[in-house]
Amino acid sequence: MDITSDIHNRHISRQFNQELEELKTHLMAMGGLVEKQVQDAVAALLDGDSALARHVVDNDRAVNDMQIKIDGECTQVLARRQPAASDLRLVLAVIRAASDLERIGDEASKIARNAIDLIDANNGSRGFVEVRMISEHVRRMVRDALTSFARFDTELALKLVHEDEEVDNEYQAAMRSLITFMMEDARSITPVLNLMWILRSLERIGDHANNLAEYVVYLVKGLDIRHTDPDDLDEQAITRKG
Amino acid sequence: MSVFPSPRPAAGGPIIDFDPAACCLEIEGLSLAYGETPALRDLSLRVPRHRVTAFIGPSGCGKSTLLRALNRLHDLNDEVRLAGSIRLEGQDIHAPEVEVAELRRRVGMVFQAPNPFPMSIYDNVAFGLRLQGGMRKRQMDDIVEWALQSAALWDEVKERLGSSAWTLSGGQQQRLVIARTLAVRPEVLLLDEPASALDPISTLKIEELIRNLKSQLTLVLVTHNMQQAARVSDYTAFLQEGELVEYGATDTLFTNPRLSRTENYITGRMA
Repeated sequence: MDITSDIHNRHISRQFNQELEELKTHLMAMGGLVEKQVQDAVAALLDGDSALARHVVDNDRAVNDMQIKIDGECTQVLARRQPAASDLRLVLAVIRAASDLERIGDEASKIARNAIDLIDANNGSRGFVEVRMISEHVRRMVRDALTSFARFDTELALKLVHEDEEVDNEYQAAMRSLITFMMEDARSITPVLNLMWILRSLERIGDHANNLAEYVVYLVKGLDIRHTDPDDLDEQAITRKG
Repeated sequence: MSVFPSPRPAAGGPIIDFDPAACCLEIEGLSLAYGETPALRDLSLRVPRHRVTAFIGPSGCGKSTLLRALNRLHDLNDEVRLAGSIRLEGQDIHAPEVEVAELRRRVGMVFQAPNPFPMSIYDNVAFGLRLQGGMRKRQMDDIVEWALQSAALWDEVKERLGSSAWTLSGGQQQRLVIARTLAVRPEVLLLDEPASALDPISTLKIEELIRNLKSQLTLVLVTHNMQQAARVSDYTAFLQEGELVEYGATDTLFTNPRLSRTENYITGRMA
């Protein structure tokens, strides 16, 4: 059976409604913050803005605090309400999503740290094209993942699950290109390594966005599609309404 | 891990169907009314043998009515009108040749309020055995001990089998009642809110007992406590207004029910 995003405000207990709505709201707020962190980290690199990069690193604390707060709220709901069915799946999905968002935050922080090293070494903008492309891709994935979570939209979630492979391909291509740089000029090895870490972080962000999409499917349909090959998914079952 | 009887969900529908050979009780097209008031409407389900099946649903949905039909307790009520059939191991329980007392030995019942007889612990358990007659004392002693062991009460009462049943706590009395029922070797045990009058620890003991008994019997449990149904039962049937709405594996019903009516009930939402 299908559930819609407003299903959680129809409990006889209004307090319970409120608790569940707050979980969703807090998760979205954390998502928004994390999106901004990724955006700022990449902008810091591309614009050579070390102050912005340092701000991203400092701000990671706020992301971590949000995860702890959300986990605590989820624990309370589980203890107090012993939720069942879609309520239970929502709480589990929120716990998992908060964990993935926190990891995205960590990756953004790593990007910022690597950006600082690159900016300080002042080695030009080689590799920035690849970074820009992949970062735009994964940022959109994160945004779509959060949207699909907010709207309980399994179609959008499914689209994201398929995109992960694209990101992996882009990443591999970018890595090959950077390896070529390193082979051409040994002096470029250190900055190119930094770039590789950045690309790796972006690829990991794509993975985490993919995880978020999987949690949406679990939340809405009760199907656990983690570790299932995207080609093997029963798409009809996932996107069917009702 | 035990092998569950092979269910055949009707094309992915909300009502699980069992292979009749794996079932102890078969209810078909059961309708029941108290006078003019319908209580059960054309209800069909099969109860698998050696499993715990729970009936859940809001007040007045018919779950207790359904339970009581399974050993013809409604015979005691002249106003009840019944249609459809109930079979125990393939035999129609309303067939004229069926002896109701024997049916109620095979299908025992435990009620919400423990109701030990006003006699000793021993005599409570032996009561049914004495009615059957022709049993030597030693044999009776053995069965009484066995029944109290099976009900997880033996260790607590073995030194005082002669004391009055009323000296026991509520939880112990309920286990005594279960021992009394077990002594006559039923095939099915019906439990109508067996723990709702008990404290949390006694409740958990009763639940543990229910789990252990399924190796010997088939158990059918009515409960308004959702978490209890989730903890204890293998299969759960959700009733509403006398109809069977959804019937399936407990694990699935409580994590991902098929129908929104079921979901609304178990999550405490308004329809």
